[in-house]
Amino acid sequence: MLHIFCPHCGELRSEEEFHASGQSHIARPLDPASCSDQEWGEYMFFRDNPRGIHHELWDHVAGCRQYFNVTRDTVTYEILETYKIGEKPQVTAADKQEAAPVIAKGQGEKV
Amino acid sequence: MSAINVYQQNPGADAKAQSPLHHADLASLVGKGRNNAGVTLREKKFLGHLTLRGDGHDQAFAGGVHKALGLELPVALTVVANGDTSLQWVGPDEWLLIVPGGQEFAVEQKLREALDGQHIQIVNVSGGQSLLELRGPNVREVLMKSTSYDVHPNNFPVGKAVGTVFAKSQLVIRRTGEDTWELVVRRSFSDYWWLWLQDASAEYGLAIEA
Repeated sequence: MLHIFCPHCGELRSEEEFHASGQSHIARPLDPASCSDQEWGEYMFFRDNPRGIHHELWDHVAGCRQYFNVTRDTVTYEILETYKIGEKPQVTAADKQEAAPVIAKGQGEKV
Repeated sequence: MSAINVYQQNPGADAKAQSPLHHADLASLVGKGRNNAGVTLREKKFLGHLTLRGDGHDQAFAGGVHKALGLELPVALTVVANGDTSLQWVGPDEWLLIVPGGQEFAVEQKLREALDGQHIQIVNVSGGQSLLELRGPNVREVLMKSTSYDVHPNNFPVGKAVGTVFAKSQLVIRRTGEDTWELVVRRSFSDYWWLWLQDASAEYGLAIEA
């Protein structure tokens, strides 16, 4: 069971209170009418699926019912930070690579 | 100012009203069960519940609420009370105001007057939720069986209020006294909570208070 820090409630809560809502920081095109089908389709349906650092939207459904952002490592499930909507992440994939250069390259390689 | 249809939603004492636990006939259970029960349950029915939303960082909003209610806007995870009126933090821009039944219309008008011109919302949700009060030395054990949230006094002092998972659903737990706790429940779930609480408190003895 993960303990997740809700930035609105200001304390760690158990994972079962939360709901994951996919990738965060997806900007809606300012003028949807002028988008090509490909641009709109990519905004609508295509999501990153990184191995490592991922920024996600989570919803504290059982508590304050607010969405917030989570930086999570998809390999270890470790949650590195949580921050409110509109704020910038402190940890990004670029930082993490410098700090931890051990990354499996081949398919099926053990980490 | 947009035209908001504010009207008396409480039908008054003349209309026949049934509380969410009407079918359980709690009145007939008063005085039954074990002596010195570890848990005493009371349905606080027919109260006025109002959801209040606005910008808590805005001095005009906080001041307006204080002017109308005489209560300071509570900070995260707390509930403040003045007599039978309580104001609880629900989210960063949302509060739950509970007033004695029948007062909700007057209170809403007072709030709207004090907050006139601001970007706010007040919704009467009295029909949608209810309050169950649990009192007694074993209430904490019942809560520990029901929720993963830490209800130890170190983490849950009097005046704290949290929304969390409880049994297989969700509700709001409020601690209003040393041995007194309140559950804010959805009306449609009240039978589930009634059955759950009977089962969870059976080993300590459950007394019903009208």
